[in-house]
Amino acid sequence: MKIVVCIKQVPDSEAKVSVQNGRVSWGESPLVINPFDEYAVEAGLQQKEAQGAEVTALCIGPESARDALKHALSMGADNAVLVCDPALTESDSQAAARVLAAAIRKIGGVDLVIFGRQTLDTATGLTTAQTARVLSWPMLALAGSIKIEGGVVTVERVIEEGKQTVSASLPVVLSVVQSIGEPRYPSFMGIRKASKAVIPLWTLSDMGMTAPKAVVNRVELLNPPSRNLACEIISGSSPAEIAETLAEKILAEKVL
Amino acid sequence: MKTWVYIDHFKGEVVSAAWEAVGVAKSFGMVSALVFGSGVESLAKAAFEFGADEVLLADDPSLADFRAETYASTLTALASASAPDLILLPNTFRAREMAAMSAIDLNSGVLVDVTALENNAGNITATRPIYEGKLFEKTTCSASPQFITLRGRAFPRPVRMEGSTGTLRKVSAQSGALTSVEGYSAGESGVSINDAGIIVSGGRGVSNNPGLGLDEKATAEKGFTLIGELAALLGGAVGASRAAVDAGYIPYSHQVGQTGKVVSPDVYIAAGISGSIQHIVGIRTAKLVVAINKDAEAPIFGVARYGVVGDLFTFIPLLTAAFKQKLGK
Repeated sequence: MKIVVCIKQVPDSEAKVSVQNGRVSWGESPLVINPFDEYAVEAGLQQKEAQGAEVTALCIGPESARDALKHALSMGADNAVLVCDPALTESDSQAAARVLAAAIRKIGGVDLVIFGRQTLDTATGLTTAQTARVLSWPMLALAGSIKIEGGVVTVERVIEEGKQTVSASLPVVLSVVQSIGEPRYPSFMGIRKASKAVIPLWTLSDMGMTAPKAVVNRVELLNPPSRNLACEIISGSSPAEIAETLAEKILAEKVL
Repeated sequence: MKTWVYIDHFKGEVVSAAWEAVGVAKSFGMVSALVFGSGVESLAKAAFEFGADEVLLADDPSLADFRAETYASTLTALASASAPDLILLPNTFRAREMAAMSAIDLNSGVLVDVTALENNAGNITATRPIYEGKLFEKTTCSASPQFITLRGRAFPRPVRMEGSTGTLRKVSAQSGALTSVEGYSAGESGVSINDAGIIVSGGRGVSNNPGLGLDEKATAEKGFTLIGELAALLGGAVGASRAAVDAGYIPYSHQVGQTGKVVSPDVYIAAGISGSIQHIVGIRTAKLVVAINKDAEAPIFGVARYGVVGDLFTFIPLLTAAFKQKLGK
């Protein structure tokens, strides 16, 4: 079986992100593999162990995004591909989906594509569905567990209202949620292998395409409205009195 | 401007944010509501009462279970025939999957999880949180129809006018399902943190009360019982930090924060939660944050309007009692 795991590189979640001269700045914080995508890599490796598979990590990004792919390799992925093209700097989710679909076709013979449930940066959560649509493959989104038997994938879909059992025939595009299992740590051997790996870089022309036109455009970046909140610590002669005062203050805000 | 609103529902239960979307659409002019499913004609009646002028009803046994492929194809076929300018949807997983696919079919884009909209003569600019709410971006969609998913509770819910009616148009469902739904088990009952006006949340502190003489799990159970009583009195939901969920005190569906849910309640009461950045990004759009923590230095006080330095096991029951008295319950 051939599995592709789609990953993205994002600023670390501890980063202090702000707008500097109209651009997003994350200061000195490192760029890391999107944390939700680590679960996708984990899901791919679980299937590799369950039934034998070749796992390829796929990423669209600048050359420095090789580090995110190396993380996937050090976890145990077999191959990595970086799609890097200056024409992709102004992109949106549907454009990314069309590029990912083209890369998946170029890899060839792929049975299963796995995404994390969203990214930490733009967090549109659209790319899984859009990649599936471009490929005309079934989508099984928000999988908390995955079972593959006789060419049929059955997942437990974790939704707001509970859990559904949903199935489809391969090839399939999946997204996974955290209950798939904690991502494994890179092994010593994995890190050594990843550090030596030569990661191929594909441009759009390598995939026989031009940049899909972005239709969603950012017109302005804003820092969040500052909540100039000096926290008022409620005091009183007894906890009961404090509770009384707090209840009054909450009711006085007229938000209840 | 031709505005459509997709009325997302699960087994006939409409997501509240769908009605909020009808309210937004109404402020732009005439509204057509889209109701898809099997045996869902009663939802059309509700859509009229919330303000829809017209309902496009695709009522077909093949639409009994939500499947993104067929729902998206049904939407695509309708939009190709009638060319709406704007399609609003509540920001649920289902509606987002469907908008994502239909946007591919129609060569358009989706503006997701939007918290504010500006309409300048049909040119819509949408504001949405990015980088876990650390920043906001204003975005536009240059193609048509523009798909926009609205964050729940970011827009007011319109008043329901009993007996209002409009034009009901039956439309056909598209086939082409690629997946099959084989089973379903319901989640917990009770108020979901997505829809809640009030959330009372517990963190690692709920297992910290040596005075009770109980083990960690039993202490946490007691702590969440107290939190649950306050939430129930106020008609709210119970939330939790990742630490509490990871420790197994409470199921994941309650988790607020980066790896859980981003919530927008009117009141958020954090009890025994220190306030990691990952938790705080989940409550940035809460209107009023109240923190209760033993540690006066806990970062949660930095984002709270009101704080109480004290033990939640002592304080929460007193707060519940105070509300009971003041609300006359």
